[in-house]
This record gives sequence, C-alpha cells and structure tokens, in this order.
Amino acid sequence: MAAKPRVATASLAGCFGCHMSILDIDERIFELIELIEFDKSPINDLKEFTGRCAVGLVEGGCCNEENVRVLQLFRKHCDVLVSVGECAICGGIPAMRNAVPLKECLDEAYLKGPTVHNPAGHIPNDPDLPLLLDKVYPCHEVVKVDYHLQGCPPPADAIWQALVALLTGKPLELPYELIKYD
Amino acid sequence: MSKTFTLTIDNTAVKAEPGWTILQAADAAGVYIPRLCGHKDLVPHGSCRVCTVLVNGRPQSACTTPATPGMVVDTATDELKEHRKRLIEMLFVEGNHFCMFCERSGGCELQALGYRFGMLSPRYPYQFPVREVDASHPDVMVDRNRCILCGRCVRASRDLDGRSAFQFVGRGPEKRIAFNAADGLGGTDIEAADRAVEVCPVGAILRKREGYRVPIGQRPYDRDPIGSDIEAKAAAAAGAGEED
Repeated sequence: MAAKPRVATASLAGCFGCHMSILDIDERIFELIELIEFDKSPINDLKEFTGRCAVGLVEGGCCNEENVRVLQLFRKHCDVLVSVGECAICGGIPAMRNAVPLKECLDEAYLKGPTVHNPAGHIPNDPDLPLLLDKVYPCHEVVKVDYHLQGCPPPADAIWQALVALLTGKPLELPYELIKYD
Repeated sequence: MSKTFTLTIDNTAVKAEPGWTILQAADAAGVYIPRLCGHKDLVPHGSCRVCTVLVNGRPQSACTTPATPGMVVDTATDELKEHRKRLIEMLFVEGNHFCMFCERSGGCELQALGYRFGMLSPRYPYQFPVREVDASHPDVMVDRNRCILCGRCVRASRDLDGRSAFQFVGRGPEKRIAFNAADGLGGTDIEAADRAVEVCPVGAILRKREGYRVPIGQRPYDRDPIGSDIEAKAAAAAGAGEED
C-alpha cells in the first residue's frame, strides 16, 4: 500500500478557532488518521515539513513577514492549498487594523493606550520579532490558493467533507447549511 | 385593475398587470430574481444591477423595466448567474464586510446572496476602504463600512417615513450616505421604528441594543436561501394548479 497522503496545517494571523473546528470533527479524527498522516502542524507540533504534502490547510491571513514566509513554504510543499476561515480569506478581525495606519496602531498599543504602562516609551523592535506588514492580507493575495472554506470558523462538517473530497478525488459540493460566513 | 396580459419568463407563460415591472411579474409567478436595491415597498432604483435579466435577448434591470405583452425574459442563464455572482463579490471587496461580528449576519441580504450563489471567496482584491461610523443617535447607528449604496434608506425615509433623513453625497469611490442634519445622524428626526431603518439589506443601519437577539440557526437565511419564500409560491401554485 502506498504511503498515506500528508496533510499540513498552520495558523497565521488567526485565533486557532479554525484548528478547534478541525478537532471538532470528533471521533471522525480516527477515520482521518486512517486516511492521512499529519505533516507540519500545531496538531502534532511538527515544526518543519518532512515531505511533499497533498493538502495544506491555512488558517489566518498574513499580518507579518513570518506569516508570509510560512504561507510561501506551504505553497511550495503542498499540492493543494486551502484557505480555512474568514481570516485567511478576507483578513478577518486582524484586518480591522487596515483602516488605521500601522504607526497609529503601534502607538495605541504601546504608548497611548489607556492601560499602557511603558515609561521607557519603547515600541518592541527586537530582531527576533517578525516585522508587521503595512496591512493584513488575505492568503490568496499573497500566494495562489486553490480552495476556500468560509466560516468563522468553518463548520467541522465542511472541513471534513472538503478533506474527504480532496483526498478521494471527488468533487466538493457543500450543502447550503455548510456555507456560512460567520 | 385593467386587463392582464401574458409574457414569457424562463420559458413559462406568466400573467402580469399593466404597470408591473418584470420583477413584480416574476415575484407573482414565483420566479425569484435576486435583488439588492429593489424592495417591494419602494420605488425602483435600478442601481445594484443584481436583478439584470435578458429581455428579448438584451440585458435589462428587472426592477425598472416594465413588463409588456409578449415579452420574452430569461432570468437565469449561466452568463447572468456568473454576472450576478461577480456583482456580489465586488460588493464584498468594496466595503468592509466582516460577517463574523456583524449584527445583521444571518439576516443580511448581501450575505444571503453570497450563500445562494455559493460564493466561497471573492475573486477581486479587497479594498479595505476607510469609512466612518455614526453612532450619535440614541437608538439608531449607521456603519458605512457595510453600506452597499443601494439607496433603500434614502427612498424609504423620503417616501414612506416622510423625513428625508438620508441622502447620497460624493461621487464614485467617495459616494456615501449622509444625513439631513449638520451634526450627523443624531441631529435628524429619525426614529428606531422608521421603515428606513428596517429596509437596510445589510448591517449598515442598525437599531441599537437589538444585536444578536435571534439565535444562530433561527435567523432568516440560516436554513432557507433568500428567495425561498417567492419560490415557495410557485411550488404551492403548481400543487394547486389543477383546480384553478
């Protein structure tokens, strides 16, 4: 028997809610493990890609340079890349900062905010910290994304049906109840 | 009313009365033509173009085109459906439509059309425009981030409420809803019970302190696609059709 197809997942500028929704497939996770093997993913805590992946699930949009790097890495290693959830598709809650210039965001967070105590007046800029992008970008505006699963988070059933369809090569036709933007 | 006449909508002969638009004739016949700026109680506006249909082969907005005898209308060719879906996608990228925290989610007509058309992601780049919120009124708020410039509030406030509290200002990308008062929405005489508040298809005009009152699963478009009520009429008529 051929090796099981590998699935990688990542949370970029997201809240891990979409990963919770992946886990929300409940006992079907046993079926999933029969079908696939997880590669780089917070679910197994694997930090690096170990091989070619059939499917990459990406939660969250790109708010900093590390998000972009990880996303490009996913595009490179995955045959099919799926944007999972509103943040990956439209930037989501993090994209609310797109209406505010980055400098003003940082000033509010580290200098002027009503609960800020920062006598030195430093805005974090350690070289180890990924640089923030000017705006939060949807994943498909950074790399080519093949499929989108809407929802905040997408229903577990939608994720399950999409994964099964992708892994078995069948067309995915989500019923009305499973396409939700909230 | 005077004499009814017959026109053809999607290869079916349907009856209409003089003065009806194509949209009204289709509604009466149980054929749902998607619309955003159109509303049954308001004068047609013809601005969103979502209701565009083929009239004798030419694209026309169904909400502004009068139905005439013998007219041949196609409401759902593949090309029209694609065109509608793209309009909805453009509206999604043009504003800041964050469904996840919008009070109108589940009852929003823009979102419901996205659901009905199976939109999984807009194919256009997001604009992330900077727009203003006006919460100066005690009972009503306006969030221009969600406004699709359908003009329903303008017409409803003028024609149904008799207040003319809303108007468009600016042109092109600067076009936005403004209020008939120097100090914003709070300066108008608008009330929470006004039709202008109720007819907003999206979450741009909201009554305060009413958010999330309807639980998820029971909101208007959670289970049934938008337009199901109109299509149900056709199904019911087909069931009882033998007797008529």
